[in-house]
Amino acid sequence: MYGVIIALLPALLVSFYFFGLGSVIVLATSVAACVCLEWAINKFMLKNERNTVLDGSAILTGLLLGFNLPSNLPIWIIIIGAIFAIGFAKMPFGGLGNNLFNPALVGRAALLVAFPAQMTTWPKVGQWSSYLDAETGATPLYLMKQAIKADNLDKAQEYLNQLPSTLDLFLGNHPDGAGAMGEICALALLLGLAYMLWKKIITWHIPVSIICTVFVFAGLLHLVNPAYADPFTVIFSGGLMLGAIFMATDYVTSPMTAKGQLIYGVAIGFLTVVIRNWGAYPEGMSFAILIMNAFTPLINNYVKPKRFGEVPAKN
Amino acid sequence: MNVRTFRIGGVHPEENKLTHEVATKVATLPKQAIFPLSQHIGAPAKPVVAKGDKVKVGTLIAEAGGFVSAPIFSSVSGTVFKIDTAIDATGYRKPVIIINVEGDDWEESIDRSDKLETVKDHPELTPEEIINRVKAAGVVGMGGACFPTFIKLTPPPTAKAECVIINAVECEPYITADFRLMMEHADEIIVGLELLMKAAKVTTGYIGIETNKPAAIELLTQKCSEAFGASEYHVEVVPLAQRYPQGGEKQLVDAVIRRQVPAPPAIPVNVGAIVQNVGTAYAVYEAVMKNKPLFERYTTVTGKKLQNPGNFLVRMGTPMKDLIDACGGMPEGDNKLLAGGPMMGKALTSVEVPICKGTNSVTIISDDEARRKEPQPCIRCAKCVGACPMGLEPYLLAKISEVKNWERAEREDIVSCIECGSCQFTCPAHRPLLDNIRQGKSTVMGIIRARNAKK
Repeated sequence: MYGVIIALLPALLVSFYFFGLGSVIVLATSVAACVCLEWAINKFMLKNERNTVLDGSAILTGLLLGFNLPSNLPIWIIIIGAIFAIGFAKMPFGGLGNNLFNPALVGRAALLVAFPAQMTTWPKVGQWSSYLDAETGATPLYLMKQAIKADNLDKAQEYLNQLPSTLDLFLGNHPDGAGAMGEICALALLLGLAYMLWKKIITWHIPVSIICTVFVFAGLLHLVNPAYADPFTVIFSGGLMLGAIFMATDYVTSPMTAKGQLIYGVAIGFLTVVIRNWGAYPEGMSFAILIMNAFTPLINNYVKPKRFGEVPAKN
Repeated sequence: MNVRTFRIGGVHPEENKLTHEVATKVATLPKQAIFPLSQHIGAPAKPVVAKGDKVKVGTLIAEAGGFVSAPIFSSVSGTVFKIDTAIDATGYRKPVIIINVEGDDWEESIDRSDKLETVKDHPELTPEEIINRVKAAGVVGMGGACFPTFIKLTPPPTAKAECVIINAVECEPYITADFRLMMEHADEIIVGLELLMKAAKVTTGYIGIETNKPAAIELLTQKCSEAFGASEYHVEVVPLAQRYPQGGEKQLVDAVIRRQVPAPPAIPVNVGAIVQNVGTAYAVYEAVMKNKPLFERYTTVTGKKLQNPGNFLVRMGTPMKDLIDACGGMPEGDNKLLAGGPMMGKALTSVEVPICKGTNSVTIISDDEARRKEPQPCIRCAKCVGACPMGLEPYLLAKISEVKNWERAEREDIVSCIECGSCQFTCPAHRPLLDNIRQGKSTVMGIIRARNAKK
């Protein structure tokens, strides 16, 4: 658990760098709220002798929830998100290891439905000292959606031209950029992925299958109709990297076998592109993961590891 | 060097081969030797001596108690003190023969010379003759499982043996008995392999050795080319990458000849392989060529806190306490005593448990290393699934065993588990996976046996 938190450090530093005061307040609130809730539920409702709050999972949930939020979100809304994450998605199922859905994503999804206005306006980067007063801007995903909705190709192209370059998206380094705190810099998230692969915390199957599926599917759409953004822009924008690397790979809510993880990853990638392009919300990553979380027990039930003795003889 | 290994799962525990370079010592004779009647898989042996009988070294004291069984020979000379019960490696009191040791008087029929006998010099040795001698001498698998060797050499009519694989992997941490045996008795092992191949009517043989024993690989490669270079036999020493549980029979077959034995009740010979431990090959040599029944073996006595860990040629029936005392005595503080290594060894309840046919090691783990960490909730990280060498799902088997869902456990192939402990070793939450799976497996096997008996 703490290994994953270490892997999140680059993204954490980047979010401080880009969003300054707002990110500190939002992340601190989110982590503190998740930890306190888990402690309180353990202590007063479940009356567990051994409090699980120190195992690091509540901190991780708090960080991931915070990473999915805009840096100008009021504290009381963040706390509601934490209540959904810990109080609804995690503890009622039996706490660590037993939850069906990724707690941080449940928190985010609940906030997105309950507070659509606050949850879809994103502060621009580089506003060091602002919190609630931060100036907001259009996210790359919003621009992409507008391009798809546009009447003709010229109008679509207008929107697409406003998109930052692929390199800027990769580094998170674009003055007009806006988005959730943790997803702004793909490079920082990929560093975290490299660390987790090196430490064998996760395997490559889920992140690679998600990213490849999105790349291929978005690439095909782009070839058929240039109003759809090019696949590089698609994979480096929005919550895709954060989701593929840190949210979909959550041990508890993802399948157990390599084959199952590939099925899960491909399905998430596919659903993400579908929701992003044709759904009501500009971002589909979190819903795609939540939907596949629901399929995880089914996948575990039907996709078994290759038993010894089933491998054909080779001479 | 072409380094092979098995294809599914596996872990890499710390080696701790403390006694690698310690030459084998002959253990002193015990004052009293204890012979459990059940020290092999199958029916317990039946005593053929009575209280007060005089026995010599090599005298038959209990005959095979059924088809799957093995006779037991005295390893000492003296007087039968009593036929009683005593605590053995299972932790229960089991029937034993206890002999008071007097002198060291061997049966005349045993050839005690060091002269190397070769198969060429003994044209009278037909396959049937070899198998009969192996059976009569009570030879069983020396790697720990103790399955009677003669049965393995006579495969069922549905299967055809194609090769003999000598298991010299010794992947279990700490143990070095097989390695010392190879370094000290390579010639005898080679002849033993030839006998095994002749008995199984095959001409192909392999010796699988992990690469942490380069000296043994080199020595046996050289001996093999000397012995088999110009013969009709094709024997190959196969270096194997270090990976636990490579010494598991099925894993070894997969590593060496790239064939996977199907789920139980299939056995290695169903894919053409007869696997014998290197110690068994040596025992076969002694039984067939020297007319010496199985009553002594190589055993490692080891542990980090032990003063002088070592390898011993020990007479069976010797209480472990004697060996531990020979190594400087039981270390201070609380210790965990294992028959076998730390991965698959059985924890013992008494230091009086005797060395048996399958005791390849006496391992002493100190309290701080033996103590288990407190289990945390399973977060389904799937590390156990990746480590399982049988392609099972340990987290699931442990859980359904815990909730006693035996039908599901059977459906999830719990009986394929080889109890190697890789899952428990790898679990970051320190969950007692193997403990639960073992209970589940034995219950499910009981259910299957009962069902088959009804039919």
